[in-house]
Amino acid sequence: MCMPSNHKLFYRFCVVILCILTLIALLPLVLILMASVTDEDTLLANGYAFIPAKFSTAAYLYLIKQHATILRAYGISFLVTGIGTVLSVLFTTMIAYPMAAKNFKYRNVLTFFVFFTMLFSGGVVPSYLLWSSTLHIKDTIWALVLPNYLVTAFNVILVKNYYSNNVPDALLESARIDGANEIVVFFKIMLPLSVPVIATIGLFTALVYWNDWINGLYYISNPGYYGIQNLLIRLMDNIQFLKSGAAGSSLGALSVKLPGTAVRMAMAVTGILPIIITYPFLQKYFIRGVVIGAVKG
Amino acid sequence: MFGVFLAFKNFNFGKGIFGSAWCGFDNFKFLFKTSDAFIMTRNTILYNVGFIVLGTVLAIFVAVLMAELGTSLKLKFFQSSLLLPNLLSWVVIAYICFAFLNSESGFVNKSVNRWLGIEPVSWYTEKNAWPGILLFVYLWKNAGYTSIVYLASIAGIDKSIYEAADIDGASRLRQIFSITLPLLKPTVVIMTLMAVGRIFFSDFGLFYQVPMDSGALYGATQTIDTYVYRGLMKLNDVGMSSAAGLFQSVVGFIVVMLANGIVRKTDSENALF
Repeated sequence: MCMPSNHKLFYRFCVVILCILTLIALLPLVLILMASVTDEDTLLANGYAFIPAKFSTAAYLYLIKQHATILRAYGISFLVTGIGTVLSVLFTTMIAYPMAAKNFKYRNVLTFFVFFTMLFSGGVVPSYLLWSSTLHIKDTIWALVLPNYLVTAFNVILVKNYYSNNVPDALLESARIDGANEIVVFFKIMLPLSVPVIATIGLFTALVYWNDWINGLYYISNPGYYGIQNLLIRLMDNIQFLKSGAAGSSLGALSVKLPGTAVRMAMAVTGILPIIITYPFLQKYFIRGVVIGAVKG
Repeated sequence: MFGVFLAFKNFNFGKGIFGSAWCGFDNFKFLFKTSDAFIMTRNTILYNVGFIVLGTVLAIFVAVLMAELGTSLKLKFFQSSLLLPNLLSWVVIAYICFAFLNSESGFVNKSVNRWLGIEPVSWYTEKNAWPGILLFVYLWKNAGYTSIVYLASIAGIDKSIYEAADIDGASRLRQIFSITLPLLKPTVVIMTLMAVGRIFFSDFGLFYQVPMDSGALYGATQTIDTYVYRGLMKLNDVGMSSAAGLFQSVVGFIVVMLANGIVRKTDSENALF
């Protein structure tokens, strides 16, 4: 590349600043990773440090010993993420379909409902009472799937705009002329043509479900339904909780010293593991999704 | 929607929403008599103003730097690493903060303060430190995300303008101040107005998880959202809690409409509706 020398200098300056910012972004993650493999006594003496004086895998060995609780939480989280994402994508694309259809009579009414609920709601208290005392979803798997995230106005608008801008009406019309009803048109033509936007909202919805702890906080009191995030919250309050999950091991576990400080960090690492593993493959789509979502929200 | 009635009722779990007695504006009267209402509204607005101003400045700064890299592998690397914190849940971020701030073994007390020779600080009871901490955590999580938005907007600027400036001998810095920033203005205006529309809402996770729900910090960390949660789940005060929630909804709705109205006046393309 041919650049004037002051451009080159400026370029180097940019790279250096960005390196510093990247370090700030990533170092906190390195700290919890390092803390999770630090020896417990070293931790108590020196605190969390980037370069531990003494390594130890005791925290992870401890987690493996308590695998029943952790695997269950992992299972719940994966299940909720799976069900939630599939249902969310299905409902979002389905409600956006008539909103984008120009020949649909109640289009404006429907659009008004979606918009208005996005901008105005009774707040947390009425929805809490609705879900818990009218629909009785407390302490079921649905409590983690249905409230808050299933259909968000933001996603609906995103999909609707995609339909109107990228799927030609003529295509849908020709299918109708061939005798296809709306359901066939939707599944056979609209959905296959909207794969990019479906991938985007699917990815972000999956992330939202994986990271969700608010539904668990409000609607789950039985620890059997804790996903990984709520297990993490519970562990912060009470490190003993892991033990109580493993039935019958209480007597044996008492004699072993609990590596509480390191275990907490090991749990946090366990919680972000799926994100860290998939991120290198998905980062491209995440970045594209941010741009799509921002251009027209 | 019927939940709106709740704010005007003396709620009784046994009788349900419609069975409970009306109490007019009593819930609101009680709410605004306490200092809570003032503190949580002030906190919510001030934090949001801080987030908007600093968040925008930092994101544009990062976006401008990234734009200098063109479309290289370096750019991809920086983008991905800066976006990563945005993908973590507030619970995990609370753990990370705990690793730094925890008074017995936290990194700040044990390492930074020791090097600097400062006495250990009990961060989770030190109210005055929290506006700074929350601001930093917010920027750490969100700056990468917003900068990608701005970068996309910079990428849309016509390259020939820069070429013309090059021929005229303008330095890179000069080009940024005279071309990039002025042309970014519409995006900044839209993004800011959208954020202003949400000024009565706060990120529950940031204000609840990150300070570990520490009672000593409520003065600095209580926002409308955390107040509603605590009122409902911890104190079982449905009346006050729903009054605060409705107050937030109504005022928030007015602000959104105003913000959108302004956007539509200046640039109808970008208005939400």
